[in-house]
Amino acid sequence: MKSKSRTSAGSADQITRRGEQAVKTGAQIVVDTLIEQGVETMFGYTGGVVLPLFDRLYDAPINFIVPRHEQGGCHMADAYARASGKVGVMLATSGPGACNLVTGLATAMMDSVPLVALTGQVRTELIGNDAFQEADTTGITRPVTKYNCIVKDVKDVARIIREAFYIASTGRPGPVLVDLPVDVQVTKCSTGGPAEMKLPGYRVRTKGHARQISTAAEAINKSKQPVLYVGGGVVSANASQELRALAEKAHLPVTMTLLGLGSYDQRRPESLDMLGMHGAAYANYAVQECDLLIAVGARFDDRVTGKVETFAPNAKIIHIDIDPASISKNVSVDIPVVGDAKVILGELVKEVEYRERKRWFNKIAEWKKKFAFRYDQDSSTIKPQFVVEELCRQTKSGAIVTTGVGQNQMWAAQFYKFIRPRQFISSGGLGTMGYGLPAAIGAQVAMPDVTVIDIDGDHSFNMTMTELATAVEHNLPINVCILNNGYMGMVRQWQELFYNKRYSKSYLSNPDYAVIARALGAVGITVDKKEEVPKAVKQMLAEKKPCVVDFRVEREENVWPMVPAGKSIDEMSGLDILERLI
Amino acid sequence: MKHIISALVENKPGVLAHVAGMFAARAFNIDSLVVGRTEDPQLSRMTIVVIGDDRVLEQVRKQLAKIVPVVKVQDFVGQPVVARDLMLIAISVPPEKRPEILSLIEMFRGKVVDISQKFVMVEISGPEAKIEAFINVCKPYGIKSVARTGTIAMPRHAKIEA
Repeated sequence: MKSKSRTSAGSADQITRRGEQAVKTGAQIVVDTLIEQGVETMFGYTGGVVLPLFDRLYDAPINFIVPRHEQGGCHMADAYARASGKVGVMLATSGPGACNLVTGLATAMMDSVPLVALTGQVRTELIGNDAFQEADTTGITRPVTKYNCIVKDVKDVARIIREAFYIASTGRPGPVLVDLPVDVQVTKCSTGGPAEMKLPGYRVRTKGHARQISTAAEAINKSKQPVLYVGGGVVSANASQELRALAEKAHLPVTMTLLGLGSYDQRRPESLDMLGMHGAAYANYAVQECDLLIAVGARFDDRVTGKVETFAPNAKIIHIDIDPASISKNVSVDIPVVGDAKVILGELVKEVEYRERKRWFNKIAEWKKKFAFRYDQDSSTIKPQFVVEELCRQTKSGAIVTTGVGQNQMWAAQFYKFIRPRQFISSGGLGTMGYGLPAAIGAQVAMPDVTVIDIDGDHSFNMTMTELATAVEHNLPINVCILNNGYMGMVRQWQELFYNKRYSKSYLSNPDYAVIARALGAVGITVDKKEEVPKAVKQMLAEKKPCVVDFRVEREENVWPMVPAGKSIDEMSGLDILERLI
Repeated sequence: MKHIISALVENKPGVLAHVAGMFAARAFNIDSLVVGRTEDPQLSRMTIVVIGDDRVLEQVRKQLAKIVPVVKVQDFVGQPVVARDLMLIAISVPPEKRPEILSLIEMFRGKVVDISQKFVMVEISGPEAKIEAFINVCKPYGIKSVARTGTIAMPRHAKIEA
């Protein structure tokens, strides 16, 4: 990250040129360090022990977004980071403010998103006394952060914030939390030049081992039936170009995880789309029959591997990842290469050779034809897949898509065709319902000129819909498309398939979303006829205000194909349904 | 299999909680964990005894190394090391049994550090097996209480110099 030495206008403390001594409060040092780290936008919610910080932010040159709930703010900062590639910043007060960050931090942790969370803390001498709004923030957030710490001496503030940005954004990215007691924020300290980072235990290996790379290239050149399996690591390493170069030069089919979507243009013939539990049958078959699996920035998640003992049974496995602990964690790997995906793929491209692999590609083409994602286009009701296809068609595959969690997320992943990285923003690892709306806000703040669509479920939307007020306040033209089936759809699907249709507590009475949207100052549209879908999408995309479209979709539609829990990924249900729809 | 893992960590608050939390969160079993200062005031050494197969231990090492304030991780398995436990043990000994128990203590190179009408407190160090053996021979007399440190270990000098 480029450091910009700007000073905030009108600050009470005199700031002098770099290198000279200046006396500043801890709060001023925090704000100056944020600016130095290139922070232009941040999210946060005020409170008792962050008043000194908010006072310094009053006229700081930072675009500041206040959510309606800290969880929403944390998801906004997360999606801001995913859409822009920068570090997201979220500020919250002590106690309840900090506790409300936990879901957002865990979401960012599971999906390796660079995030810096700052929290206020009660005065140092009160810590441990069960003071008002005190919580053991570092204790509570330790398992859901890459690193966290409490600052007890104002002299350490600048160094620790620099370390937080460095740790969050390097290696396998992740959230870092810095807890700032209020007395540290108000204590003055004379500061000089940049404080050096002190991280003896933090090392990042970016360059891959040359011999391992050659071994991998050799295996690729020899392989008759290879598959590239790529995850979110390719997106966070900005390695899409190198990925494409490799797939084209060596002629390799590419399948993506949920978080990998966008890293490879799905319009290209090598794309096998998403694999896994609700992935494409052709991707799952290709993985099960391949003789070489080249995993890049992916972590062999159980939603991808299904029954792990029978995953890619005939394949030699190459695993390229920046996190050594990801290697051979779930599946044992034959050729590990630890390092940055961009660097390693760049090296690999030089050593691979083109192979035609005609039989392999023909076989894949047949699967693709037979088992394409399909739904009943002749249905008189609104099929949720139809809505997603229409969104993709009218936005020409160009929108940033965020999602809730469940069926809406899977249909978005299956039926929107992504063409560039950082285009699909979804809570993959943690599966956080309610992520879609705040994520759309964060993404729109990061990318003001791009159309942002939250493809959401009714129950996911229910969880964080209060953030619509935030979108209205900041005049963010986000588009919320609720695939409203009146159910927690994925839970209902499992209950239909595995619990004898006993729909236990998987539906709630929903409000009229269009009315709610209008009450909050957004545009609200209800669509209950199939033929109205294209027109409603068109109207939504033309709106300059935040817009909520409540699509009353087929209530008991299922996501197909599906790998039942504990099965191999080629033991999919629903293939007969796909074939019947040809 | 039992592995002795030695981790150099930054001497900062929260590090022990981070390490212990990681073991709990990932369902690794800690047999013993010892933390103490080192020759460098900035660093502490954690000696952790873990039981698990090669796959588990590979993850233990990698997950430990991933923790930001953990500076270095070594697994001493298959290396010549000196591994020692320290124990304080209070044994109930009526006066007539004293000569007998004192000779046992001597045999184990233990040291009597406190004595009263009914009890002797013994300080004893050595490999874990020796400590266990001493506890076993004391059992018939009646053990009042035991305090043990867990294992600390260091590779043999020849290896360090090489």
